[in-house]
Amino acid sequence: MLKLEKRPQPSQFWTYLTPLLAVALTMIAGGVLFAFLGKDPIVAIKTIFWDPLFSEFAFYYRPQLLVKGAPLVLIAIGLSLGFRAGIWNIGAEGQYIIGAITGAGVGLAFYPMEAWYIFPLMVIAGALGGWAWSMIPALLKVKFGTNEILVSLMLVYVAEQLLASMSLGLLKNPEGFGFPGSRNLNDYASANSWIHQNAGMHWGVVAAFIAVIFAYVLLNRHMLGFQIRLTGEAPRAARFAGVNPNRLILICLGTSGALAGMAGLFEVSGPSGQISIDFNAGYGFTAIIVAFLGRLNPIGILLAGALMALTYIGGDIAQSKLGLPSAAIQLFQGMLLFFLLAVDMLTNFRIRLGQKEVA
Amino acid sequence: MKRRTLLATAAMAMGLATAGIAEDKTKVGFVYVGPVGDGGWTYEHNNGRLAVEEKFGDKVETVFVESVPEGPDAERVMTQMALEGADLIFTTSFGYMDQTINVAKKFPNVKFEHATGYKTAPNVSVYSARFYEGRAVQGTIAGRMTKSNVIGYIASFPIPEVIRGINSAYIHAKKVNPDVQFKIVWAYTWFDPAKEADAAKALIEQGADVILQHTDSTAPQAAAQAAGNVITFGQASDMSEYAPMPRVSSIIDNWAPYYIERTQAVMDGTWETVNTWNGIGKGMVGIGEISDAVPAEVKAEALALKDALGSGEYHAFTGPLNKQDGTPWLAEGEVADDGTLAGMNFYVEGIEGTIPN
Repeated sequence: MLKLEKRPQPSQFWTYLTPLLAVALTMIAGGVLFAFLGKDPIVAIKTIFWDPLFSEFAFYYRPQLLVKGAPLVLIAIGLSLGFRAGIWNIGAEGQYIIGAITGAGVGLAFYPMEAWYIFPLMVIAGALGGWAWSMIPALLKVKFGTNEILVSLMLVYVAEQLLASMSLGLLKNPEGFGFPGSRNLNDYASANSWIHQNAGMHWGVVAAFIAVIFAYVLLNRHMLGFQIRLTGEAPRAARFAGVNPNRLILICLGTSGALAGMAGLFEVSGPSGQISIDFNAGYGFTAIIVAFLGRLNPIGILLAGALMALTYIGGDIAQSKLGLPSAAIQLFQGMLLFFLLAVDMLTNFRIRLGQKEVA
Repeated sequence: MKRRTLLATAAMAMGLATAGIAEDKTKVGFVYVGPVGDGGWTYEHNNGRLAVEEKFGDKVETVFVESVPEGPDAERVMTQMALEGADLIFTTSFGYMDQTINVAKKFPNVKFEHATGYKTAPNVSVYSARFYEGRAVQGTIAGRMTKSNVIGYIASFPIPEVIRGINSAYIHAKKVNPDVQFKIVWAYTWFDPAKEADAAKALIEQGADVILQHTDSTAPQAAAQAAGNVITFGQASDMSEYAPMPRVSSIIDNWAPYYIERTQAVMDGTWETVNTWNGIGKGMVGIGEISDAVPAEVKAEALALKDALGSGEYHAFTGPLNKQDGTPWLAEGEVADDGTLAGMNFYVEGIEGTIPN
């Protein structure tokens, strides 16, 4: 008989091992899935995890890992702060969109002037845009006790409508023959976030690394980080320790909103290039997986972001080389979170074999 | 040591694989915006791909990636196809325009074909279909069939392509039924069954007994079927599973002849940059079978219009036509030029409402 026994304290050992175990289980279950689809599972798994890093065209795919991973890490870092404190911002996708709109809007307002200060202004505008959008659920929660999960999620759909409206109206390229979409910021030197395009380096990648370091220091060395951790682990104790929950809500939602907004701005001024109706590609939602896969730990998030980016790039390669349907790839990515949550049990529980007492 | 062996084996396997492909096989890549099973836009592009495979057999290898977001992912997927030896790549959504141009710059020897865009390059062609010709046929049937004189139109985004369709349908409905009125709902999506169903229900409640759609799902068809005496038209693909009622006809995107022609051109080394805009005449726009729910004389009238459009003796935008605000656009007998049509951003006279922006 199997028996579960709650551990007095979460196991350190399993905390670090469960993500690896989840990846391994995903590979096995994914392999079975691919086998049922009539593909060689070993080849499929190799195509997804190995080819982007070591195949003959890895020189192209490796920089793409930075491009794909940077927004995920940047958003996930912001989300992880709130998640640790039990504040659930599910609407990063919306804040990402708004950040892209406000940031690109500032850049386009200056077009075609060239000046060094345009890009920094865009970054500030992007961060402010994302911050302001996240303040809606934050203030509603603080003032009226609304549920931030629902409000932030619903605001994603509002942001999407706004995005469509911007691409068709205010920010539409006046030289675009009436087609939707803004001017391409890649053709506008002052509003461009690329540092070195072939190396996959843009300011969003730099910002993601800075955010990781910043979050690490904050959580380990700073009073605010302590308060965040305490609130998540023992809310009552936190209140006795003088933590102001409302202040924490504003800070956590605000930070995650600002980071998501910045991610949107870096994306629109770099890899994507323009505001268009379908500008958002789900980074804000995928970042939630990344945050949990990385155990809400900054270093873990960095690794998890890289892993997610890998499955995206490898997944597309597997589609074109092996003819795997995209739904199978998405299922594969979903399994990762599923198994992680499942094996998470090992962190908090111990499995006992055999019967302890017989009635 | 072990690692090196592994690498060497992998390299050998890859070398063999490349050698296999190199045997004069033309490799054609397709980038899709939706899933191949969407039953509409991407489904028809994929049918075009299958037709290429069928036509050329062993001489061609096709690859595709579906549900590719219009952004950096599209650029990566195209680059990946080019790196892996594609000779010709079809990028099948408007939102891939700048990405196609960017990747084409890096691979001057690979040919690119971008659907529905307007930017060309020495190795980038653009192609689209004159769907508005099909809309003219739909408008004729709709104008004849409506009893409430209210025709509902589910529009996607206010872009020239969609506005052209609305105008063409309206002009031809009005021609056969002067009392006809259009109610237009903007769904702001190309594919969202739930939203499309809501839009269809709202239009039916407002008295529409004909629903035209410029969105790709079959949800409006299902809504019309549930409502009873409402007719619809298939969009992008035939949607014949809803025939004979509510679906009475359809516009079918038929990319197969074009894809075969362009693949052949790459094989022969005769590929050149072109700007293709074909209609009923060249078979790029197909009219799905008009069902028995349509009276014989209406069916005959619609087919006559289809033939006239196909042979070129009649143009769907022939004067006299005024713009919505009453300013003259086309004089008696004058036909619209392609430039104006390509960037169309106004309604013709008689349509109520404004184009959102």
